[in-house]
Amino acid sequence: MNRNDAYTTLCGGDWQNAKPLVPFADEVLAFLSDLSSLLMKTPAARSYPDVITFAFFCRKAHLEQLKADYEGALSTRIGRGLSFHIAPSNVPINFAYSLVAALLAGNACVVKASSQDFPQTRMVCSAIRQLLEGTHQALENHVNVVIYPREKQEITEMFSAACDSRIIWGGDETVRRVRMAALSPHANEVTFPDRYSLLAIKAEAVLQMDEKQLAAVAQGFYNDTYLTDQNACTAPRLVYWVGSGDALAKAQECFWNAVHSYAKPRYPLEAVVAVDKRIAAYRAALQLPGSRIVPMEDNLIVRIRLDELTPEIEQNRCAGGFFLEYASETLEDLAPVVERKYQTLSYFGFPKEALVGFVLENRLTGIDRIAPVGATMDFALTWDGIDLIRTLSRSIFAI
Amino acid sequence: MSIEVSTLHTLPPYGMACEEKQAFLTEELKALSLHHVQRCPAYARMLEAAGCAPGDIRSYEELPPLPVRLFKEFSLKSVPEEELHRTMTSSGTTGQQVSRIFLDRETSTLQSKVLAAIMADYLGKQRLPMIILDTSAVIKNRAMFSARGAGILGFSMFARDKLYALDENMQLDVDGLTAFLEKHQGEDIFLFGFTFMIWQHFIDQLRKTGYQPDLSRGILVHGGGWKKLADQHITTEQFKDALRETCGLTRVHNYYGMVEQTGTVYMECECGRLHTPVWSEVTIRRPEDFSVANVGETGLIQVSSLLPRSYPGHVLLTEDEGRITGVDDCPCGRKGKTFEILGRIKQAEVRGCSDTYEQK
Repeated sequence: MNRNDAYTTLCGGDWQNAKPLVPFADEVLAFLSDLSSLLMKTPAARSYPDVITFAFFCRKAHLEQLKADYEGALSTRIGRGLSFHIAPSNVPINFAYSLVAALLAGNACVVKASSQDFPQTRMVCSAIRQLLEGTHQALENHVNVVIYPREKQEITEMFSAACDSRIIWGGDETVRRVRMAALSPHANEVTFPDRYSLLAIKAEAVLQMDEKQLAAVAQGFYNDTYLTDQNACTAPRLVYWVGSGDALAKAQECFWNAVHSYAKPRYPLEAVVAVDKRIAAYRAALQLPGSRIVPMEDNLIVRIRLDELTPEIEQNRCAGGFFLEYASETLEDLAPVVERKYQTLSYFGFPKEALVGFVLENRLTGIDRIAPVGATMDFALTWDGIDLIRTLSRSIFAI
Repeated sequence: MSIEVSTLHTLPPYGMACEEKQAFLTEELKALSLHHVQRCPAYARMLEAAGCAPGDIRSYEELPPLPVRLFKEFSLKSVPEEELHRTMTSSGTTGQQVSRIFLDRETSTLQSKVLAAIMADYLGKQRLPMIILDTSAVIKNRAMFSARGAGILGFSMFARDKLYALDENMQLDVDGLTAFLEKHQGEDIFLFGFTFMIWQHFIDQLRKTGYQPDLSRGILVHGGGWKKLADQHITTEQFKDALRETCGLTRVHNYYGMVEQTGTVYMECECGRLHTPVWSEVTIRRPEDFSVANVGETGLIQVSSLLPRSYPGHVLLTEDEGRITGVDDCPCGRKGKTFEILGRIKQAEVRGCSDTYEQK
């Protein structure tokens, strides 16, 4: 670990001295697949499912698959140069995915990881260091992870002025603050600001499941929501039911009972979160006409039943298991409220093609990601509607 | 049938045994909830959303408590604009949102009369000379009329001669104190202040200057919370010991109260327990489901009061933790529930990709 006056380097070398690479460069694929194996072999990683998922993402076969998805369309492309990343302060593993995407696109990377001391960050950076000091020394200048306090805007300014692409994760306020640091005129920028996500679920499909299948859906939904305190931008906050009558009522009961059974032994509900959710429920009462607090056996799951969808639903959110719920015979009522803030539509009981069609046919300005329940957090090289490989590389055009 | 508002304050503060009081509170809080439902559409909407019809309740514990933080976010009132007499705000630090509590004359008067009845139980019916362990600057500036100023003014009603112990620069007024104590030699003296201010400014300067005023005839009432003292690891005993050593003060009563329910303060008796007076009640709720906790069990403190008529703050959920320490069994002889405060609930550290800058 290098400590310079201004920032601490967790891994990496001389970032000012790194040439761009072609997308999916052999040395990058080799480095990442070695990183994958090394992490898989690290005993301490086993207690961090997010690290294991990341290692799984970086395995050789998966990288080859990602490359193949581009079907050779990248042959005239090369990385833009130096990429500078601001990772979110409280999702530990996110910095690593941002790094991988930019590396695969052919860039040298400086990633500002969260200054919170996460074991996941330490584990991944230590593995990277080990590889860069060994067989992958050629990439030493390309793979830099740094930390510094967010107040040190001058460091953000330095990296911003030097980079060719800047990637900002975090909330709207982070994006605003980082944007005060000027980029070089030719540089481009990708921002992942605050987003809103929801689940579309078909009552009929829930009723067709046996107990075991339902438990699996509940587990997926738990991973989408409670696992990150329902605070990830991909976490559903609205549950849109397609169905009606007794079948709907029955399906809702089955679904929430299953979620409750799965969450109860796993999610420690803090007193302050219980109070926050009650406040959010009354806020919803005042801001969402006709809304009702659904009686539940405890405070683990708070459900607000809506008679209509209004633009205000997006502001009526709360961390820790707070769900707005709406039901209709079709998905059509969703279209008028969707705007740019809407990110992930997770689904259960629909063919995904129908949902993609729904977004396109209604010419929606939001919904960039469509994921089955349980997979909302799965990283992909196209995120928030942006193809990171293409955005972080340049195309050499010959007439 | 519910009691006339104009005679409410004449009830003996600690004369009603718990069981009788529960029936009394249910009757009164039911009527008060209906009063607010008719006058405050926002309150009516919240009760509707919660599925509560106050007319149908069998116990006041079925009324959904409003979290106190709601008063920071929404203007909740049950009187028309022209009847507003005063707006109280909680004392938050700069930049924090503050609670706004809307008072009309009726509620304001009721608060004063009930506070007087409670204080008379501890100070006697006679007005006493009063030393305010704070600076007069707090009320000189009407614009910063906050919970602190309101507290001082409210408690000043029981005084017939007043002295601020600290000058405008928070310096101990030694000459003023000496003269005041000489003038009132042989009399009981009522002292009032905020716990942290007393520790930080009064006790500290007594220690530093070595000045030892004789306050052995003093009765101190202090409140405002232990949080800052707890942060410095100062216990109740250390606080009381310091007062005894520096100025001979031994009759010390902490109180628990909040701007959202002014008037019905919870006073610490001679036995060290906080008492619920007849007009208000403490209910402990379990955070996991908001059910009512057993005696002795720790949970969130709900406060119910019969006084708030101009705003729907009669049943509130605080973010303080506490537990019931007894029912009708305090050796001091006061009836009703007694309780203790265990502190503010822990703020959450949330995971997820929420904002990195907004957190601070």
